Amino acid sequence: MEVTTSPVREPLITGKKTLHDITYDVCRHVENKPNVAWLLALATAMGVLAIGAYAVWRTLWDGIGMWGNNKTVGWAWDITNFVWWIGIGHAGTLISAILLLFRQKWRNAVNRAAEAMTIFAVLAAAVFPILHTGRPWLTAYWVFPLPNVFGSLWIDFNSPLVWDVFAVSTYFTVSLVFWYIGLIPDFATIRDRAKGIISRTIYGALSFGWNGSAKTWERYEAVSLILAGLATPLVLSVHTIVSMDFATSVIPGWHTTIFPPYFVAGAIFSGFAMVLTLMIITRRLFRLTDYITMQHIELMNIIILVTGSIVGVAYLTELFMAWYSGVEYEQYAFLNRATGPYWWAYGIMMTCNVVSPQLFWIRKIRTSIVATFALSIVVNIGMWFERFVIIVTSLHRDFLPSSWVMFYPTMFDVGTYLFTFGLFFTLFFLFVKFFPVINMAEVKTILKSSSDNTVVHHKIEEDTKVTTH
Amino acid sequence: MKNNKRYWKGIEELQNDPELVKRADREFSELLPIKDNGKGDSRRDFLKLMGFGISAATLAACEAPIRKAIPYIVKPVDVDPTIPNYYASTYIDGGDYCSIVVKTREGRPIKINGNDFSQVTYGGTNAQVQASVLSLYDKQRLEGPVAKGKAVSWDDLDQTISQQLRGAGGRIAVVSYTVLSPSTQAAIGEFTSAYAGAKHVMYDPQPADGILAANKSMFGKAVLPSYDFSKADVIVSFGADFLGTWISPITYAKQYSKTRKVSKDKKTMSRHYQFESNLSLTGANADYRAGIRASQEGLVLGQLYNLISAKTGGSNANFSKIATVPHLNKAAGDLLSARGKSLVVSGSNDPAVQMLVNQINQLLGNYGQTLDMDRPSYFRRGSSTAMENLIKDMQAGRVGAVIFYNCNPAYDFFAGNQLQDAMSKVKVKISTADKIDETTLLADYIAPDHHYLESWNDASPRQGSFSLAQPAIMPIFDTRQAQSTLLTWAGSPETDYYDYLSGRWRQSLFSSQSVEKDFDRFWDKALYDGALENTGVSLLETASGEIAYANTNVPVDATSLAGTINSAYKADNVGVELVLYQKIGIGSGRQANNPWLQEMPDPITKACWDNYLTIPQSMGNEMDIETKEGFTGMVNLTINGQTHKLPVVVQPGQAPGTVGLALGYGRTKAGKVADKLGVNAYPMVGKVNGNFAFFNASDVKVENADESYKIAQTQTHETYMGRESIIQDTVLAEYKEDPKAGRFEFKVETYEGKEDPEDVSLWHGHKYPNHHWTMAIDLTSCIGCSACTVSCQVENNVAVVGKAEVVNRREMHWLRIDRYYSSDAAEDLDAMEIASANPEVTFQPMLCQHCNNAPCETVCPVLATTHSTEGLNQMTYNRCIGTRYCANNCPYKVRRFNWFKYHDNEQFADVNVAMNTDLGKMVLNPDVTVRARGVMEKCSFCIQRIQLGKLEAKKQGRRPDDDDVNTACAEACPTDAILFGDRNNPDSAISKLLNDEQEGRAYHVLQELRVMPNVYYLTKIRNKDQEETNA
Repeated sequence: MEVTTSPVREPLITGKKTLHDITYDVCRHVENKPNVAWLLALATAMGVLAIGAYAVWRTLWDGIGMWGNNKTVGWAWDITNFVWWIGIGHAGTLISAILLLFRQKWRNAVNRAAEAMTIFAVLAAAVFPILHTGRPWLTAYWVFPLPNVFGSLWIDFNSPLVWDVFAVSTYFTVSLVFWYIGLIPDFATIRDRAKGIISRTIYGALSFGWNGSAKTWERYEAVSLILAGLATPLVLSVHTIVSMDFATSVIPGWHTTIFPPYFVAGAIFSGFAMVLTLMIITRRLFRLTDYITMQHIELMNIIILVTGSIVGVAYLTELFMAWYSGVEYEQYAFLNRATGPYWWAYGIMMTCNVVSPQLFWIRKIRTSIVATFALSIVVNIGMWFERFVIIVTSLHRDFLPSSWVMFYPTMFDVGTYLFTFGLFFTLFFLFVKFFPVINMAEVKTILKSSSDNTVVHHKIEEDTKVTTH
Repeated sequence: MKNNKRYWKGIEELQNDPELVKRADREFSELLPIKDNGKGDSRRDFLKLMGFGISAATLAACEAPIRKAIPYIVKPVDVDPTIPNYYASTYIDGGDYCSIVVKTREGRPIKINGNDFSQVTYGGTNAQVQASVLSLYDKQRLEGPVAKGKAVSWDDLDQTISQQLRGAGGRIAVVSYTVLSPSTQAAIGEFTSAYAGAKHVMYDPQPADGILAANKSMFGKAVLPSYDFSKADVIVSFGADFLGTWISPITYAKQYSKTRKVSKDKKTMSRHYQFESNLSLTGANADYRAGIRASQEGLVLGQLYNLISAKTGGSNANFSKIATVPHLNKAAGDLLSARGKSLVVSGSNDPAVQMLVNQINQLLGNYGQTLDMDRPSYFRRGSSTAMENLIKDMQAGRVGAVIFYNCNPAYDFFAGNQLQDAMSKVKVKISTADKIDETTLLADYIAPDHHYLESWNDASPRQGSFSLAQPAIMPIFDTRQAQSTLLTWAGSPETDYYDYLSGRWRQSLFSSQSVEKDFDRFWDKALYDGALENTGVSLLETASGEIAYANTNVPVDATSLAGTINSAYKADNVGVELVLYQKIGIGSGRQANNPWLQEMPDPITKACWDNYLTIPQSMGNEMDIETKEGFTGMVNLTINGQTHKLPVVVQPGQAPGTVGLALGYGRTKAGKVADKLGVNAYPMVGKVNGNFAFFNASDVKVENADESYKIAQTQTHETYMGRESIIQDTVLAEYKEDPKAGRFEFKVETYEGKEDPEDVSLWHGHKYPNHHWTMAIDLTSCIGCSACTVSCQVENNVAVVGKAEVVNRREMHWLRIDRYYSSDAAEDLDAMEIASANPEVTFQPMLCQHCNNAPCETVCPVLATTHSTEGLNQMTYNRCIGTRYCANNCPYKVRRFNWFKYHDNEQFADVNVAMNTDLGKMVLNPDVTVRARGVMEKCSFCIQRIQLGKLEAKKQGRRPDDDDVNTACAEACPTDAILFGDRNNPDSAISKLLNDEQEGRAYHVLQELRVMPNVYYLTKIRNKDQEETNA
């Protein structure tokens, strides 16, 4: 049957790809020998991981006194980093789950990497809730409602930290399963193409005996939908619950009902920025520009623009509420954010998160690779500072001026943060090399409906380029 | 029938095989064949041996923990494990005195409380007394006598020294601080009379030469009057820090607090004026305070004298004119209207100034009322002149032998730097110090004395008042009581000091009373009570004749006084003046090696572990130095031609043109804790009218050294930012009108109208069926002295973290004193952060508020902090995983986290001595866990004491009352500002107080949060005519 791509839409796949081209383009990275650029990137990531590991080791061995936290600022970089990484993960779930439910086909080229990013980001985030506690060897299992021989010793279901444990662990599990299910047909493709016995065995095991029958495909589709349904509320719930770590407290600047939607918007905002950062590198390195097209980038930039504006509105609402509440501590907390000793952090946050995404109103900027890449990093810097501002500047000057302090990070704060970067990128680089970085199976489903093989261009000004098939 | 059962390992043993008997004690009963013996089993045996060898070697390499818990084989009669014993005793440190009760556990002193039987210290203590128990377990103490750097036996030492003393040639001098003990005085007397030309010289690091000389001229007696601040309605102090460091601060703080307390039935309080250069603790508590230059002090007093004498018929004198001092006229007016009920004191060491003070008090008719010359006190008997003369004699080679009795003049005498040179001219140099210090280092022989907690002694702080000191522990080291040492060297027939002491008490005190017929009963009672009051006996007075004041001829008449004062004081000095002071914790530096005192933040600057120059704001602005967030600048202080580089603290209240520096630092030989902390200020002491003065007004230069410095401050913000919910204060006049004056009553808008936030809730809260522990802290009484902070630290095994960690803002104190200055600004938040140039000061003890709706409890994921049925917010250390969420969510920021392992950790061994050495650990309270790394801790309301009190009462079948339970902080407070008890007991003092004050002065800090604390604060009331400053 001849299928034609709607002439009013931009094709999602360019370069006149055939089904075989897709398989080839994706699989060759897995099958080829590692190239120098990849080796360098992996070595760098592992170097950073090693440096970070030293900081983590010292923190575990000597205590969290190695960090800059103090009697008043009990959480600082640790929880800032935690919220930041968790936020980054959100784009992956949103792309894989919500966009699937909404049948957004453009998601197909980016969902695999975005989901991988989610999982690695959650892993990086999970370092902090464990490491930031005084006795991590106990935290690792005491926070779960495990049966024990201590009688009625139980966890505190009132504590938002317990909610966090459930929210993050559920999120991680669902994301991992969702991602893996999606990988199975592609693993099977690699298995089938594999020439060596080792790769055939490994990918064979990974593909769980996928046989490509219609029944299998049907189950695959069904499971994907179910998991998408399960994951969708998680997009909203995880960061909502993370925000409750702050919102349920009494600390001015934390005790805010606006936090849940504001955190979710912020998470998607930062998540898409990170997806863009990674995708722009990957499509370039692995020559996948035909699959991850300018249209993808533009669409994601629009999401950044929208969520960035939501975040901006939230910031302004907070300021308004502080003024309108008439609570002097609340008023001071926000005044202090903007004009106190950490004004520069607030300034960075405002510039990066509210002002810079507005540049995406300009089409030229949102379709420029360089500008997008730069802004995606700017947004992530801004979102890190948002969490820093919320956590540190609220705590450092709360109710009693006698306890007001400054927070200064140490090398070990930086080192622990580097550790999670090292972890994230090591995993990500391993992923791009050994896993199919684009969901071949799903991309193939749109080849006939949205590629320049099938498109009929009716751009008035570009009539000469009209192609028929 | 006897049981004859026997067990045997094998048939060989049963048969008593001779082969087996021979081998019975060997590890392997038969040799393992290593060589191939042809049977084919050598490999297996080899492996067996190897296996054994490896596991044995591995096991031997494992260090088995050494636990030195030694059970009592024969239990001492009075010592029951886990049951504390209490012994009344006396803290004497030179002229510093406190009557105490020592708590011992299993024979170890672990805590010091005040002795309520004493009418000198009234059961109060201060930080130095509280901390002194740790000095007992100082690893730097000498373990036995030393001769020329070598450990010797006491017999050898006695022999050598007796010989040396006989052959010393020249005079022999015994040097000591003020001796408060009559029996010690007598023992020294026996020594000096045993050697021809031997003399006893007393000096004080905080001398009262001025008062002694003035009183000698005026009353013929070189003694201190007994002050009674409790009888004074108007108190005017010129630089006398009588609540902090002046003479006997515990006594004065107790007396002062009596006049300052207000209640429903007593709406009066004394009025307190303070004229001083540095902002002292006393100045911080004054109703009216004015900063004056130290070089003006004589003239300001002269002005006051003229104002008083004009109205009281005295003769006016012609003092140099000075610019009007704020509040001085008002002070004069108040003094005149409170004749006989007022008190003027001065911290000056100048006899002329003290004579003026005497004259003023005389004109006001205060003698016999607030000053008692008939029952003088003996806290300061030293003479700097006598000490100076001794040094001159030593330099001239006239002194053959010198014995330093527990004193350290090489460090803490103003002319101590001359001592080193003078000592080289002395043949025999002996010290009885229990540690190597700056002076002991110069001595050849050291006969270490016991620590005071190991000693017998007596003391007479005031005429007619006596107290006994008894050992609370067997001597830890091979030390000997210095009195016994002196008696031995004197060849006295009685060398055992206990017998000597009781013998003297039998002769004098027992024979002068008629209540007890039997000496043993008299002695036991005195020992039990610790204090013996109103005996009418005076045992120290005769000794005063030895003090030489010959060269100080103080004129009594005002005209000649004016001449002396005009020549020594300047009306218009423009140069910088250095004013030396002592810190509440460190004092003269004798206990500088005590980490509890080093870590105790100074109540005013909130800085610890350091010595710094306090400079006025104006000077800070000129030099462009500010103290902000713990960062400060350094200056070069040039004095007497010597330059010292010092950090500064920009100090509100510091009088313009003056800078302040604390004594007691810059120790070179105090021990690991104190060495190299700060600069030694003793050599900077100046002279006025031939007497040492605590200021230096000439030739002082302060220049910005353009270096930044991190100072260890526990509080870096000066003001309370106009947050009326935190500090609620008013003036007496308004309080009289309205008991709720100054209260900030936050109301919530509800549909039923405005309501108290604590009345609005969906939840009915916890129920407290049995007890409900509650505390009330009177901000009016609290003087900020920090005795509670140290007491809490001792009681609850609170770790010391050291300077670096305080800089990192991680001190562990469970109870802190927040100090807030007033600000001139009212609206501008930036300006409100800056204190007034001469601010009002408010102290607020802050500890866990034990909220009934505790924000910390709900956020802990593992239920490590929970609410008790008695209203306590409890911490379960072994359940804590250390998320620090509770600390973040605490509005009062009283939770403390163990960032590191503070015990048994090399990193903290030098500062946290109580948790890092076997000796230091003896001071730990066995009832309280030493917290592990990574757990949260905080005030527990001394739950171990609550449990003990409840059990004691239960054993007697009654409910616990106020006498059964008290917290360490409330117990230590010298002004009774902290009251603790059971709110559910209608007869408890706390219930009565809160019933009175619920609709009056009692408030909750941050009431609008509705966390419903169990700690109430009572509004701060100043005896001012009207509110003066904003925020």
